[in-house]
Amino acid sequence: MNIDDIFRQRRKRWDILLKQRTAAQEEQTECPSCHAVVETSKLREKRWVCPHCGFYLSMDPVSRIRFVCDEGSFRELFGNLPQQNPIKFPQYEEKLATMREKTGGNDAFLAGEARIRGIRVAIGVMDSRFLMGSMGTVVGEKIARLTEYAGKRKLPLIIFSASGGARMQEGLFSLMQMAKTAAMVEQFKEKGGLFISYLTNPTTGGVSASYASLGDIIIAEPDALICFAGPRVIEQTIGQKLPKEFQHAEFLLEHGMIDMVVERKRMRSTLHKILKLHASV
Amino acid sequence: MSEKKMTAYDRVKLARAADRTNIMEYIEALFEDFLELHGDRLYRDDPSIVGGIATFHGIPVTIIGQRKGRTTEENIRFNFGMTSPEGYRKARRLMEQAEKFGRPIITFIDTPGAYPGIEAESNGQSNAIAENLAVMSRLKVPIIAIVTGEGSSGGALALGVADRVWMLENAVYSILSPEGFASIIWKDASRAAEASTVMKITAGELKELELIDGVIPEGNRSFPILDSLLVETLEKLRKQSGAELANARFRKFRRIDGLFDGKRGE
Ligand SMILES: [Zn+2]
Repeated sequence: MNIDDIFRQRRKRWDILLKQRTAAQEEQTECPSCHAVVETSKLREKRWVCPHCGFYLSMDPVSRIRFVCDEGSFRELFGNLPQQNPIKFPQYEEKLATMREKTGGNDAFLAGEARIRGIRVAIGVMDSRFLMGSMGTVVGEKIARLTEYAGKRKLPLIIFSASGGARMQEGLFSLMQMAKTAAMVEQFKEKGGLFISYLTNPTTGGVSASYASLGDIIIAEPDALICFAGPRVIEQTIGQKLPKEFQHAEFLLEHGMIDMVVERKRMRSTLHKILKLHASV
Repeated sequence: MSEKKMTAYDRVKLARAADRTNIMEYIEALFEDFLELHGDRLYRDDPSIVGGIATFHGIPVTIIGQRKGRTTEENIRFNFGMTSPEGYRKARRLMEQAEKFGRPIITFIDTPGAYPGIEAESNGQSNAIAENLAVMSRLKVPIIAIVTGEGSSGGALALGVADRVWMLENAVYSILSPEGFASIIWKDASRAAEASTVMKITAGELKELELIDGVIPEGNRSFPILDSLLVETLEKLRKQSGAELANARFRKFRRIDGLFDGKRGE
């Protein structure tokens, strides 16, 4: 083989290598906190925690389930509840259709049964990408049914919340989901069920003021915003800037509103420990 | 103004009017021997909530509701009817006390919303509201809630998980104030009038959507109608056992799913 041929072949290999590298680089995510651009695959591996600044990026329900539950153990429930527009809000159906397309879920909540290190649980995860994880009738109904499901089978109930609050587009129907979900978990707990409420960024308004604050055990992710009224509303009311740590997970811990702040890498082991401590003898 | 022509926003303005009938007047008009009770036994007494015991046609009842003032000075003292966690916890304490003594509970709702303040958040506004929703869903005494003016957001619902929910004809009941709604949906708080229409917040609309149980006409007949409605309803509810009441109330809220067409998943 002459020298030209060798170079030609090498150049071909270089081209392929370069192409592969660009393809791998194509999927990148910018950290909303420090703005570092990180390869998505690396972020995924780090459980969506920024390797540069430690910021907790929001996690979609499927990733959450993957990190928490035993591989292949998750079975979805109530995933085919029909969408609806109870107060006939203009353009709401179109908006829902777009959201479904974007997230692949039927609304802002993924419910199912799974195992955590072998222990069966009923588990639900809110999807903050779907209309800010707001709670309307479908989310409320899925939480209600998941709670009933857990009650009937004597399974522990784990709900990861991530929500801007009640869903505006369903009006008072959404407000009533607060009463409904609170009543459901109250009944479940009264009958001896274990409800672990897991608060992630952000958990606010109608969600934090209903079922999410009623966990037998309440866990929050570091730095998660957890509040009833959002910081902007409060700043407008009182006319001054709020301290940075106000309404964040560590602040709530200090004020006695939650049991613990748990790092993402300890999420699965912490849940397992709680489940084990409640396992019937 | 004829009723047909009245817009939702006209009612919002009426519901907020400074001379609107307030809880103290309802207590004066409908009950005897009112005895006000104070404090949450945890931190302080929240003056935005009035609570106490009275008799209604000879039956002891517990009365709880938001208080708005007539003057600026009063309004500042009552925080414009915006309740803090201490107020919701006082309400809860009085409801549990009512259950212990078998007294029916009557709540009067009139609030622009739960108070959005630093102290309110630090002291667990979310937790206070959530606990009320949970406790009200299982109390074993009759509960009647009356939205008399503005029933806005979780701050209103925290007194509203009842066997019967009634609204005064010009009261409004909503997920958020129309101004707040407009600024979230359209980023423009000045579109409040338009928001009032799309939100479906009037007594008539909410009755049609089956989210409330009755509409009380306003004007001269308001007190007598409310009086006889309370007599009739309490008589009915008091015949039920505590467990029956709690079960029925639980089912009433469990059922609210908006699935009108009867199509269900699973
Ligand atoms: Zn970062």
